[in-house]
Amino acid sequence: MKPIIEVEGIAKRYSLGTGGASYQTLRDALAGMAKAPFGRGRARKGAGGETLWALKDVNFKVQPGEAIGVIGHNGAGKSTLLKVLSRITEPTAGSIKLYGRVVSLLEVGTGFHPELTGRENIYLNGAILGMRRSEINQKFDEIVAFSEIEKFLDTPVKHYSSGMYTRLAFAVAAHLEPEILVVDEVLAVGDAAFQRKCMNKMRDVGQQGRTVIFVSHNMPAIVRLCPRAIMLEGGRVIEDGPAHHVTGVYLGTTGKMFSERVWEQQAAAPGDETVRLRAVRLKDAAGQPLGLVDIRQPLVVEIEYDVLRPGKRLSAGFICNNDEGVCAFSSAEVEAETIYGQDINFTGRRVARCTIPGNLLAEGTFTVSAAVYAILDGPHIHAQESDIVGFRVYDPAEGDSARGIYTGPVAGVVRPRLAWESVPVLEGAVSR
Amino acid sequence: MSETIANERAGLSPPTPPNAPRPTLPDEPLVVIRPSKSWVAINLRDLWAYRELLYFLAWRDIKVRYKQTALGLLWVVMQPLLLTLIFTVFLGRLARVPSDGIPYPLFIFVGLLPWTFFSNAVSNSGTSLVGNSHLITKVYFPRLIVPAAAVLARLMDFLVAFTILIGMLAFYGVAPTPNLLLLPVMALLTTAMALGFGLLIAALNVRYRDVGVVLPVLLQLWMFVSPILYPTSLVPESWRGLYVLNPVVGVIDGFRASILGHPFNWGALAITALATVFLLIYSTYTFRRYEKDFADVI
Repeated sequence: MKPIIEVEGIAKRYSLGTGGASYQTLRDALAGMAKAPFGRGRARKGAGGETLWALKDVNFKVQPGEAIGVIGHNGAGKSTLLKVLSRITEPTAGSIKLYGRVVSLLEVGTGFHPELTGRENIYLNGAILGMRRSEINQKFDEIVAFSEIEKFLDTPVKHYSSGMYTRLAFAVAAHLEPEILVVDEVLAVGDAAFQRKCMNKMRDVGQQGRTVIFVSHNMPAIVRLCPRAIMLEGGRVIEDGPAHHVTGVYLGTTGKMFSERVWEQQAAAPGDETVRLRAVRLKDAAGQPLGLVDIRQPLVVEIEYDVLRPGKRLSAGFICNNDEGVCAFSSAEVEAETIYGQDINFTGRRVARCTIPGNLLAEGTFTVSAAVYAILDGPHIHAQESDIVGFRVYDPAEGDSARGIYTGPVAGVVRPRLAWESVPVLEGAVSR
Repeated sequence: MSETIANERAGLSPPTPPNAPRPTLPDEPLVVIRPSKSWVAINLRDLWAYRELLYFLAWRDIKVRYKQTALGLLWVVMQPLLLTLIFTVFLGRLARVPSDGIPYPLFIFVGLLPWTFFSNAVSNSGTSLVGNSHLITKVYFPRLIVPAAAVLARLMDFLVAFTILIGMLAFYGVAPTPNLLLLPVMALLTTAMALGFGLLIAALNVRYRDVGVVLPVLLQLWMFVSPILYPTSLVPESWRGLYVLNPVVGVIDGFRASILGHPFNWGALAITALATVFLLIYSTYTFRRYEKDFADVI
């Protein structure tokens, strides 16, 4: 089938130095303008000017209705690719053919004005994103319903909470109907329930036959939304294929980086007025950070949190998902002695450790989502964060794992090494 | 407890293959993105597609400017009125600046009205791109719309302030003459000229913020070399050839002529018209040339 997006040999060069102005001064510019008013006056590059290739020879094609994830480390060129695709900046070389209307969401609420009311901002933001007024009128009620801000429609958005603001902004964006939607990590905002709503909306967009290009650091989200992913590194496409494979490569290369997540500032850490998550770490039995785990090796999950207010019986817990978003297992502190044995007047920092035994999880990539809750209150979740750390389980196939001497594919998200026994029950010819 | 999180995840099943009918693709690409050539024509189709954004940005400008002001839109009239008052007292009464036989307050108000529009439009559109950098770096639309919307917003102000002039004309008993038919032409010329300067300054200001800094000073000076506070007839005959090279002279005199019924200064008007056409072409070209790095440089 004919692709809807054809990216051919795209490259983008930035000149380093004074904001890209490549050492050109106003005086030079005025002089140049006077000499050749219609000449090719575009910044004569400073001879010794350093340049940076943010993208180099990027090629790929996207079929209509395809959802593709773009991943890569910081500085790999993801944002530049999005900016070129959404025509915010021009490529230095190459071409992109687009066979449909593109709308890009590089941030939520572009052009929202704090002084204007919710209603006014819906129209303004819609127009900025390329919607017609008639189109906005038609979808207005739907947008308002989706954003759940009916009551504050005529309040200036500067009085909105950040959650309301985000909901309204996403609601407008979600009701665009482009053939091609380019999205950058906008889902990394809002509370869990709203994020889920956004993710579902995004998936619907994909199912309506629209084409989605989605950039994110959230690997499970990529896998859930996009069957295909491409990975950028140093401005080039280094992987292009099924999302679970490409995200596996990504997590493999970031194994170390992913094995620890620390919130330096309490105020910015996930949680409420009672509990704040401060760190989640993956370690081996000796306490060393671990991202790449031998299937036979135990793995310690460490959840560190601050208790700001006394009076709660708290437990830490986590969920372990594989790279396809399937939950392998969940675990929490639920034993009676942990719950009733803790000092209820404690405030300060606490670390909860849990050891995942070796020979439990299958080969693959897993992420850990952690939470701290009071299970006697309902349970009531005080702090929670999804996909905080990730690790990759590999099997060196030395014969003493669950796969024994077998080297082919093995089904399942867990792979316990179970005991087998077989004994003869009938000897000789077996009669029918 | 962990079930709560687990249930939330359950809502996110893996993607299913799309079963909706796929849109049929056009044979030719809608858009081809590639490095642009040095001469870039204005993409009129693109501008037309985004015409509503022009209106919305102008509307936002006006709305935001007068939000949380007690007098609101009244300020549009207050600015030229207060200036008229001050100048009438100091220049009209004390310094006795001549005004071609027209009551000084009326004379100066007719001049201040288009000048206020022009200078506000130029300074507004000149700084509009930098002021909207959050839009420029996050979303695509024809960048020309931003300075154009700033001029449009000031044109609206001008039209509102114009109602005061009608009252003043009635007060001084000035009857309309056939010259009034050329008033829309004067307004159009002023708008086009403001847009021309605005585009050029906006584009330059993205790269060299110096432009935005000196702009208010230049506009102040400009006012004094234009016939706002005094009539052109005050300028010595021998200097007048040079004086009318200032394109603002043509429109200000044009406004006075069409509203107060004086003979038009056709020579000055021709210079203004010619300069405006040239300026618009040149600044559009410059704007388009600079446009492609706006997002990288801003």
